[in-house]
Amino acid sequence: MSEELTGLAYLIAAICFILALRGLSSPVTARQGNATGVIGMVIAIGTTLASPGVLDYGWIAGGILIGGAIGTVIALKIQMTALPQLVAAFHSLVGLAAVFVATAALYAPGAYGLGAVGAIPTASLVEMSLGTAIGAVTFTGSIVAFAKLQGLVSGAPLVFTGQHPLNALLGIAAIGLVVWFSTSESYTAYWAIVALSLALGFLLILPIGGADMPVVVSMLNSYSGWAACGIGFTLGNTLLIITGALVGSSGAILSYIMCKGMNRSFFNVILGGFGAEEGAVSAAAGDRSVRQGGAEDAAFIMQNAGKVIIVPGYGMAVAQAQHALREMSDLLKGEGVKVSYAIHPVAGRMPGHMNVLLAEANVPYDEVFELEEINHEFATADVVYVIGANDVTNPAAKTDPTSPIYGMPILDVEKAQTVLFVKRGMSSGYAGVDNELFFRDNTMMLFGDAKKMTEEILQALD
Amino acid sequence: MEPAKLGNAIEAAGASAAGDSLVALFTVFVLAVFVGYYVVWNVTAALHSPLMSVTNAISSVIIVGALIAAGPTDVNFSKVMGFVAVVLASINIFGGFIVSQRMLQMFRKKG
Repeated sequence: MSEELTGLAYLIAAICFILALRGLSSPVTARQGNATGVIGMVIAIGTTLASPGVLDYGWIAGGILIGGAIGTVIALKIQMTALPQLVAAFHSLVGLAAVFVATAALYAPGAYGLGAVGAIPTASLVEMSLGTAIGAVTFTGSIVAFAKLQGLVSGAPLVFTGQHPLNALLGIAAIGLVVWFSTSESYTAYWAIVALSLALGFLLILPIGGADMPVVVSMLNSYSGWAACGIGFTLGNTLLIITGALVGSSGAILSYIMCKGMNRSFFNVILGGFGAEEGAVSAAAGDRSVRQGGAEDAAFIMQNAGKVIIVPGYGMAVAQAQHALREMSDLLKGEGVKVSYAIHPVAGRMPGHMNVLLAEANVPYDEVFELEEINHEFATADVVYVIGANDVTNPAAKTDPTSPIYGMPILDVEKAQTVLFVKRGMSSGYAGVDNELFFRDNTMMLFGDAKKMTEEILQALD
Repeated sequence: MEPAKLGNAIEAAGASAAGDSLVALFTVFVLAVFVGYYVVWNVTAALHSPLMSVTNAISSVIIVGALIAAGPTDVNFSKVMGFVAVVLASINIFGGFIVSQRMLQMFRKKG
């Protein structure tokens, strides 16, 4: 295939990828978008296979078969509740692939038109080291995120003294190594960059707590894009650059949206340790009483309501309560109750986590609303059913300037006539803050597992 | 493969790398960031999870670099690296697109 034709084919592939993201602007066009993405990928791979440097197809076919089989099986078997860790695991693979491609380019620059070994242009060496460094950070960072989400390591922030100075020192050392490598093409320098970046990936994500994972997962998504970009610059490949830039900015925007949803700066999240110093604020809780109720009470209240808003959180995902929840709202709707769902931007462990789980339980997406769409509706709601959410409903975010979550946009559930709060016990949320809501007169606490409680209400409704 | 042919291939590839000056590549990069910015802000919040898995799948286009490394007939360190990268990227391509499709299939309207 000629040079020009290859370039044009890559352009078409890039346009397919842009259209794939464009399709996600509405659930109606999203499937079409995904299919367009697949077409783009087929064009990209086909074009590359037809390029003059690719002569041996045996290994390639084997690699695609092995990888494709593994990927297909994983994607078909995975539970929707395990989605956040799956995405984290996939990010790690992109990072690792970037490291391998950069390494291949370093040891055989001729195949990529980068000249001979020992004579790779300095600019290419800089790009190569950046690509491999970002790839390595993405790899180990995603593995830590995966381990935290999968529960292999504690979701609690892991902080130790001297953490930030150590990271800063490693960062400076990495820059020094990049300079050494780009001026010498030394293999030692290259592998030192890889090792250092791998360590940095671990250290950067370890101090970040479980509930901040939406930001981390988005950030690693972004990194995997920048890694592809770095490799694209190294190889002078515009398709890689365009795609990497799309993915990089997408992840960055998601991180921004998640940070805004918590009213915290990006650096505040990245530096980590949030929610580690619990117990400081919760002293006053002991002697205050809450109103407690059972499934029958909850069923009775909701049956007689005109309008019910359901607020799901991570606890719903953990308990796998989404199916029972949908059955409950079906019964309520059958009795003429208007039911809708309110989703906080940072509910769950990845952006849009709750939406996917509700969709899995066959909740129609036009009953599900984002914070700014539904927040004014709480004042006219008869009942709010909070299931597995906590901090995102805490009125202290609006009233108490000393609270760690002060300023965070929250769902105004306290404005509803009655708040039904499903919770395992009286423990505080991730931020380590007591929820003022529990002690209000219009709140009824339903103690128990989210799924069990919802199922009991279901029975009581029947 | 005859050495002459290999030479031609390298020359052709080399010409492309030299022709795309760093500034031209950087221009493409910056414009793509802008395109990404505007397209992604249009993505509805309900589909943020599928957005992550779709972007994850398309970022595996890095397989293009892996194919070039795995393509030559000589077996060497780079070819092995390329092969491993092909496997990793393929897991992502297939896994990413399929899981996105599974997710998107669940989003239904009322009724």
